[in-house]
Amino acid sequence: MSDPSVAAAGAALTAGAADQVTAAEHAGPSGGGAGQPDKPRGLFSDAWVELRHRPLFWISALVILLVVVMAAFPQLFTSADPTFGDLSRSRQGPSAQAWFGYDNQGYDIYARVIYGARASIVVGVLATVGAVLLGSTFGILAGYFGGWLDAILSRGADVFAGLPFVLGSIVILTTLNAEGGAGPVRIVAQVVLSIMALSWPVSMRIMRSAAITAKQQDYVKAARGLGASPRRIILRHLLPNCLAPVLVYSTIALGAFIGLEATLSYLGVGLRQPVVSWGVMINAAKDYIRVAPHALLFPAGFLTVTVLAFVMLGDAVREALDPKLR
Amino acid sequence: MGRYVLRRLLQMVPVLLGTTFLIYVMVWAVPGDPFAGKCGERACPDAYITEMRERFNLDDPVIVQYGKYMLNLLSGDFGETSSGVQVIDRIADTFPVTLRLALVALVIEAVIGITAGIVSGLRNRGFLDSLVLVSTLFLISIPVFVTGSVIQLVFGIQWGVIPPTVSSKATFGELIVPGFVLASLSMAYVARLTRSSIAENRRADYVRTALAKGLPQRRVVGVHLLRNSLIPVITFLGTDLGSFLGGAIVTEGIFNVPGVGGLIFRSIQTKEGALVTGLVTLLVLAYLVMTLLVDLLYAVLDPRIRYE
Repeated sequence: MSDPSVAAAGAALTAGAADQVTAAEHAGPSGGGAGQPDKPRGLFSDAWVELRHRPLFWISALVILLVVVMAAFPQLFTSADPTFGDLSRSRQGPSAQAWFGYDNQGYDIYARVIYGARASIVVGVLATVGAVLLGSTFGILAGYFGGWLDAILSRGADVFAGLPFVLGSIVILTTLNAEGGAGPVRIVAQVVLSIMALSWPVSMRIMRSAAITAKQQDYVKAARGLGASPRRIILRHLLPNCLAPVLVYSTIALGAFIGLEATLSYLGVGLRQPVVSWGVMINAAKDYIRVAPHALLFPAGFLTVTVLAFVMLGDAVREALDPKLR
Repeated sequence: MGRYVLRRLLQMVPVLLGTTFLIYVMVWAVPGDPFAGKCGERACPDAYITEMRERFNLDDPVIVQYGKYMLNLLSGDFGETSSGVQVIDRIADTFPVTLRLALVALVIEAVIGITAGIVSGLRNRGFLDSLVLVSTLFLISIPVFVTGSVIQLVFGIQWGVIPPTVSSKATFGELIVPGFVLASLSMAYVARLTRSSIAENRRADYVRTALAKGLPQRRVVGVHLLRNSLIPVITFLGTDLGSFLGGAIVTEGIFNVPGVGGLIFRSIQTKEGALVTGLVTLLVLAYLVMTLLVDLLYAVLDPRIRYE
């Protein structure tokens, strides 16, 4: 509703007095930018100004910060040992000693939920970074060079995108798990790899279409006319201008991948003992859901809040970066 | 249009070959004995293993094995499992159930998602709009297995309102709750898509024209606005039907639905390679065909789009 009236006011101003327009131009864009009016802002600093005024952004950032601290320093939150099980306290409900109760093996659920944050965050971050790096590299190359390279990479992306996500990762992980006896590092690496392998096509397609749009712009033609090498055009001109949509995707993907890790662990093919993660806890609790629902509900709650925080952050970042939505 | 369809069909061939080859290699080239544990509590006799290696062409190089498998598939022969059951029979038993589940989920998703989207899209920045936005955020964030387990625990076990699991007949009525769980995530996306599409089109010239020539609000919304705004939603629903068919493993597991998802999960774990490759080929094919149909539907619904 406010957009047309502002535009109308601006038009009236232009029609009215020329000196006022130049004054307005010198003053820079009003609204939000109270800091330095003379400095022109780029897309990203513009988005930052927009973000700072959104409560949703601050709430989600706070939750994410809390989870990251939890993952980095679990000792700050609990002094209990997450790997100490005592069968005499099996399936006891929440109490003053153990806020969230004990699970079937007599593990302290609160301690395990705190320690479980690390595996979930590590898988989410590594899978996102890997998938986005791989996908955007392929995407920007396919978009810029086109031709047979584009054809091959696009068909390759189709192959991996054609596999249903959960189905594909179950097959990959069952194959990788076949040897058995893997250590914690290998278990985490397997899950990260399988998520990466099935999700890179999404960021590739986003990057490819952004690169195709950007390479027809005049500044790229100008750079090419001045004799810039493809390497320089891609790194200096295309990359900064294609980053925004991929960035938005990766924020949302981070939350989705944390949920996906939990789904795979729930099915028993993802993370497993000795790794502690929310999905592993939910997998262990699902068979006792009738007698000890708290063992499932607490890790599920932490999982949901974390994913929610990343999805909210992604929403806020998208609205800030997409000028059309303002 | 005809040439476009032909080109798309030709493009589907390498994708289908690539995907099935990937699955074939991963299922059959696993280190370890593919027939371990297939003969009960004793090692399989040599005669059985020789016979089986012969039947599944395991002594050929992988690419030849795959070629023979695909040739059989083309002539309609899906092969047998290691216990001698025809793969096609197992698929015929389970596929109708999954199809029913997917249809129920699709209807629930479409009705709830589109209604919520229309309501919030028409009242920009109101209470209902915020309500829809917040609840879609939650739906997107809760993993499907959490929704399923909690609904099963609360409504099925503690309150006893619904049967906690589905019987082997899996009628439409029994599949409503699993369908709701399966649809919960996409429902949120449909609501958001409808909302943004309506909010965008509400300011379009043709809506202003319709209002200016004095048409009643109901007709403007129902005929002019909705028909144009629902085009992206319908295409989303179409691709979703394709992914429901292959992505119901978790939901089917929780509610014990005797469908393709459970079958495929069990056969991956018991290394029934023929069953896995056959099912995946069918599911990928269904997904690819759905995407093609959706793209064609797009041109039918929106005459501005022309395929050369």
